[in-house]
Amino acid sequence: MADEPYTEGPIHKTVPVVGPGLTFSSVTDKISSLVLKRKTPLWWFVGFAISFLLVQLLLLTITHLVFTGIGIWGNNIPVGWAFDIINFVWWIGIGHAGTLISAILLLLRQKWRTSINRFAEAMTLFAVASAGLFPLLHAGRPWLLYWMFPYPNTMGIWPQFRSPLMWDVFAISTYGTVSALFWFIGLIPDFATLRDRTRSKPFQIIYGMLAMGWRGSARHWHRYEMAYLLLAGLATPLVLSVHTIVSFDFAAGIIPGWHATIFPPYFVAGAIYAGFAMVLILTIPLRKLFGLEDFITMRHIELMAKVMLATGLIVAYGYIMEAFFGWYSGNIYERFMIYNRIIGGPYRGFYWALILCNVLAPQIIWFKRFRKNLLVIFLLSIVVSIGMWLERFVIIVTSLHRDFLPSSWGMYSPTVWDFSMFLGTIGLFFALLFLFIRFLPIISIFEMRTILPEAEVEEE
Amino acid sequence: MADERDKTGSVNDYGTDDTDLSMSPRPAVAPSPRRPVSPSLYGVMAEFDNPSDVVAAARRTYEVGYRRINGYSPYPIEELWEAIGFHHTSLPVIVFIGGLIGALSGFFMQYYLAVFDYPLNVGGKPFNSWPAFIPITFEMTILCAAFAAVFGMLALNKLPQPYHPVFNAPNFKLASRDHFFLVIEANDPRYDHDEVVEFLKSLEPKDVTDVEV
Repeated sequence: MADEPYTEGPIHKTVPVVGPGLTFSSVTDKISSLVLKRKTPLWWFVGFAISFLLVQLLLLTITHLVFTGIGIWGNNIPVGWAFDIINFVWWIGIGHAGTLISAILLLLRQKWRTSINRFAEAMTLFAVASAGLFPLLHAGRPWLLYWMFPYPNTMGIWPQFRSPLMWDVFAISTYGTVSALFWFIGLIPDFATLRDRTRSKPFQIIYGMLAMGWRGSARHWHRYEMAYLLLAGLATPLVLSVHTIVSFDFAAGIIPGWHATIFPPYFVAGAIYAGFAMVLILTIPLRKLFGLEDFITMRHIELMAKVMLATGLIVAYGYIMEAFFGWYSGNIYERFMIYNRIIGGPYRGFYWALILCNVLAPQIIWFKRFRKNLLVIFLLSIVVSIGMWLERFVIIVTSLHRDFLPSSWGMYSPTVWDFSMFLGTIGLFFALLFLFIRFLPIISIFEMRTILPEAEVEEE
Repeated sequence: MADERDKTGSVNDYGTDDTDLSMSPRPAVAPSPRRPVSPSLYGVMAEFDNPSDVVAAARRTYEVGYRRINGYSPYPIEELWEAIGFHHTSLPVIVFIGGLIGALSGFFMQYYLAVFDYPLNVGGKPFNSWPAFIPITFEMTILCAAFAAVFGMLALNKLPQPYHPVFNAPNFKLASRDHFFLVIEANDPRYDHDEVVEFLKSLEPKDVTDVEV
């Protein structure tokens, strides 16, 4: 017992969830020093500069898009949705892992979520910000997009509430708002810590205002914990419903390849899959650069890899079922969709790349040797992210380009502006992340204190 | 800062919660040349460096009969708020009401607009297509419940509150780092300054200080 005070679960040797020797003060000092120190590391400047350049590319693309029109992209008839919606779903999916880690793992009392939840929730917010650009800008007249909101107007019309696209408006807005609230509430006690530790007067005022006078009163903590738990309880069905509603964008449509009842759970599992891949892509270098190996231990990496494997298997099941339904239905259009997607169509290469990235590659996680190898997991996470992007490409483009009527069939190829918009949103995401890691505590300080061994109250 | 001041105080009968900052009209100490006027006391504070001590101290304090007490810690300690006698909060009810408002407003907005104000005849389908109204109703429920949770919690905690007397105590900065504090407020019915100081000292804290308003 004395040599393994940090383990949880049954009495066997497991990799601990915090490194040994951490105390309240060392945890506070380590995390707040990342924010409060004066010298910014060089790698931060390099990373932020590259991201910022990509943000400029994004702004350029958006300007050209709004002034010239959607025609600068490769979207056509029949492929009315392409990179715009692929990227939208990709980013929203990535965001879901953050909420899962913050909310669902809290409710399941998994202590290992503690050192990654702040960071994951920030990742969610920035992913939702990047995602939100696409539905906003893929409209023919984006300056009229406020018409989607039910406000009393002089035209005497209201939106069509029965449309999944309207459901999306409410779902994504709610998701962004609730994530932001959840994240900000979690930061309040940490702002208080920073307020009390910073030596710079301007920052003392800024952090002080953000902390809103938080003083660690036990009465306040009680209500705070209650609010936090309730928010987690609300965010859990929210994350499931948001990606379900996103899947309805397709499932409510009638074309083969879209009109499938498996989409809600399949999309939600896929979102968690892609999201954990992104969390791994970000945490593996960050823990090294910031020296946080005691906070984000090998146990975290292994657990996240296992979640990736589990959701990858669910997604693989989805692929198998889609192919099965297509055949089993006996419907000539469904059967052709499967034939076109997998066997004989022009985009079949993308499908097989998808199978390689999403189904075959993650199977190496079964092997402990690979699971514990940080480089392997990092590269695998990149492969899975690409694979999840390909999945949305396959679902959207291959289903749209050949549906019921052969005379309407067409081909799709992206233009440089499709790529520049996508790259630009990647730049936006990373720029926001770099700002976050420099100015805000990337690990939840007060929650880390609760999982330290010295936080246990010994009863007399 | 506190070591420069006199450490005597007096009974303060004003106020009903820990945020009341009304000043006693009587000076806390006899005026002296160095200090012609001195502020009255908010309470007396004991400092601890581990959670078990502060929880044990809080229990003892509650047992003895003090009620206007509060604990301060850098992270939430369930045993601490139980020990000071704070069990029930009305936040869950507030969140429930928020969710209810969200659900009803979400559903009835769609109902009114799609049935009365702007009905669209799409293939003869019913105007009150309530299954199609579910997703938006659900999202509105979550949204309003989340607002209720966040703003309800802040309102019940009376935050933002930039000033509070405990910030004047020495070492209170460590409340957000690794120290724990227990305060007996001067407006407690059984408060008597010297008794309180002696009692707190008997709990073996790291330090006992007066907290000025």
